[in-house]
Amino acid sequence: MRVTVLYFAGVREAAGRDRETLELPADVATVGALRAWLIARGSPWAEAFTEIRRIRAAVAQDMAADETPLAEGAEVAFFPPVTGG
Amino acid sequence: MPVRIQREDFDAGAQIARLRAGDPRIGAVASFVGVARDRNDGAAVSTLTLEHYPGMTEKSIEAIINEAKSRWAVFEILVIHRIGELKPLDQIVLVVATSSHRGDAFAACEFVMDYLKTEAPFWKKESTPAGERWVDARESDEAARSRWERSG
Repeated sequence: MRVTVLYFAGVREAAGRDRETLELPADVATVGALRAWLIARGSPWAEAFTEIRRIRAAVAQDMAADETPLAEGAEVAFFPPVTGG
Repeated sequence: MPVRIQREDFDAGAQIARLRAGDPRIGAVASFVGVARDRNDGAAVSTLTLEHYPGMTEKSIEAIINEAKSRWAVFEILVIHRIGELKPLDQIVLVVATSSHRGDAFAACEFVMDYLKTEAPFWKKESTPAGERWVDARESDEAARSRWERSG
C-alpha cells in the first residue's frame, strides 16, 4: 500500500522533511502500525516520534487514532498537539 | 466564506458590519479577537510564527462551526485566522457569531474558540532571547474544551 505522509511543526523539523510517499508492507494497515514502522526505520523518525510528547495523527485531514485504518493513497499526517488561536 | 486563513491583518469592525448587513433578525453579535502577547511562559517573545495544515485547517474549523450552529440558535459564524510571522500587539484570530439574543451568540463564540484551540491544526513557534521554541499545548485549553462535551 502506498501512502503520503505529512509532517508538521516540531515533527517536521525533527524528521527533516515535510512529506514523503511511502510503500508500506502489507501488515502496516493502521495509524499505530505506521507510527511503529516509522520508528523502526531509525533516525531521524525514531527521534522525531520519541522526543516529542503526544504526537497526534490525521488521516484524510480528520483527526485519527492509532486504530484508524489506512487505505491505498491515504494522506496521513503526524504533528504535535495544536497551539493555534 | 465562513473560514479564512490569511497572512493579512483584519478589521474586526468591518467584518462584523459585513456579517450582519441587511439581516434585521440579528439582535446580538459576539466577537473574540486573539492577540499576540510579548511574554509567554516566563520569556519575552519578539516574533510568533504560525504554521498550519492547509486543507485540514479549513475542514476542521468548518466542522466546529457546524457543530456550534447545531447547538445554538445562531445565524452566521465567521472565523479568520492569520498565519506566518506575527509580532506582539498583532491580531491573530477573529471569531464572530450572530444571533437574535446574546446568550446564543456568546456561547457559540466561546465554543468555537475553545474547539479551535484544541482541534484546528495550527502551531506557534516563538522567538525569545534564548532562541526559537515551539509553544507547548496547555492543559487549560483541553479543560476549556472538555467542559462543552456532552454525555451520552
